[in-house]
Amino acid sequence: MLDQAGLDRALTRIAHEIVEQAGGADLALVGIKNRGETLAERIAEKIAGIESKRPAVGALDITLYRDDLGSRAEQPRVRSTEIPFSLKGITVVLVDDVLFTGRTIRAAMDALMDLGRPRVIRLAVLVDRGHRELPIRPDYVGKNLPTSRKESVAVMLREHDGQDRVVIQEPEEA
Amino acid sequence: MAWKRKDLVSMQDTEAAEITEVLDTAESMKEIATREIKKVPTLRGKTIVNLFYEASTRTRTSFEIAGKWLSADVINFSGSGSSAEKGESFLDTAKNIEAMSPDVVVVRHKAPGGPALLAKHLKCSVINAGDGAHEHPTQALLDLLTIRQKKGHLEGLNVTIVGDITHSRVARSDIHAMRKMGMTVTVAGPPTLIPPACQDMGVKVSHRLEEAIAHADVIMMLRLQHERMTGGFIPSLREYSRVWGLTLDRLTHCRPDVLIMHPGPVNRGVELSPEVADSQYSVILDQVTNGVAVRMAVLYLLAGSRAA
Repeated sequence: MLDQAGLDRALTRIAHEIVEQAGGADLALVGIKNRGETLAERIAEKIAGIESKRPAVGALDITLYRDDLGSRAEQPRVRSTEIPFSLKGITVVLVDDVLFTGRTIRAAMDALMDLGRPRVIRLAVLVDRGHRELPIRPDYVGKNLPTSRKESVAVMLREHDGQDRVVIQEPEEA
Repeated sequence: MAWKRKDLVSMQDTEAAEITEVLDTAESMKEIATREIKKVPTLRGKTIVNLFYEASTRTRTSFEIAGKWLSADVINFSGSGSSAEKGESFLDTAKNIEAMSPDVVVVRHKAPGGPALLAKHLKCSVINAGDGAHEHPTQALLDLLTIRQKKGHLEGLNVTIVGDITHSRVARSDIHAMRKMGMTVTVAGPPTLIPPACQDMGVKVSHRLEEAIAHADVIMMLRLQHERMTGGFIPSLREYSRVWGLTLDRLTHCRPDVLIMHPGPVNRGVELSPEVADSQYSVILDQVTNGVAVRMAVLYLLAGSRAA
């Protein structure tokens, strides 16, 4: 659905849109672990190329804020949240790879609010695949990808998977 | 690997991969302590009962803070001033508490095996917070977390545990856990305080302090438990302190990067000289800080074990 060049172009466009809308306000990118963190780093690099200043980048683990804890077979692994700067009064752009039901973003917003009071929270995603269960919409989208609920969207990134690619996978037959 | 157990009763029954899972989770939990608002909603609506039949400040407070930072409701129940004094049996008290639907019971009891008994009879999760001279698993876990943070790894490290091994549940849990993590453990103390079964646990035994600590990466000093010293195990406190007390002078023969640990409460001037307790080698307060993170990790992992 997206190859390496397409993925890179999408991130470049998102970076330009973020810069344009921020208009010089204090800006930080917070990636949702794991792939959102990597995407946030890449967007920050691109912003550094456009503006003279690289925005601060943090990483958020939303495991402790999930709404489905206790209803899963086993507890998901808790990873660290690393946001070594104050959120107070700044513009925070949450970055994630795939936007689906919106529940992860709900959890991420709760987590951010516990860490401080940003002036604005915006949302950047590489892929919006639809099927929202909460009233959440992204501000910056790399690609809208209509999917069926049964399919899954795999975002592969060099740092994690050895290549940059987005593919839709059919559900595996049980 | 994922945590599947309902209870945490002993280190003897816990596998190395499970220990690593707790330590990794605890590592992530530490960040919460640095926040301005120290609370995450993870265990909202869960109830934790601290059922303590023996005195404790550190462990009980640590569990209470851990539970509260995860948004659970924590209720403290102590043996004294309760129905236990009116003759209610341990198991009856526990059954009554269970009837109020807690999710986790944290239990400290003087009888070895008390927590295991509860784990068998209660549907909720049970955590052993110390049972007689048997085990104190969360203490071993926080010790390992502290060592891993300071040394970067566990495997291959030399640990020397000094003092009253016989009466120490901390030593027993530490030995089991450290052996599983590939560490070499030496125990040192007067022969009256070293149980003969030590060799079966895969540890070396030494009866000379200088020899035991010379190559140690970690020295764990145990508290001399006066309250259990009624059987003539040592000639006198002063003599014990002179032979087995850790002083700055004795530390000069140790590795320069040695860590001094102690499960607390410290008898200053008995097993540890005040200068050593406050020295740069001492990580005693790091242990206490890590205790909260480890207990948050255990509470989190156990809360997921009964979902299916």
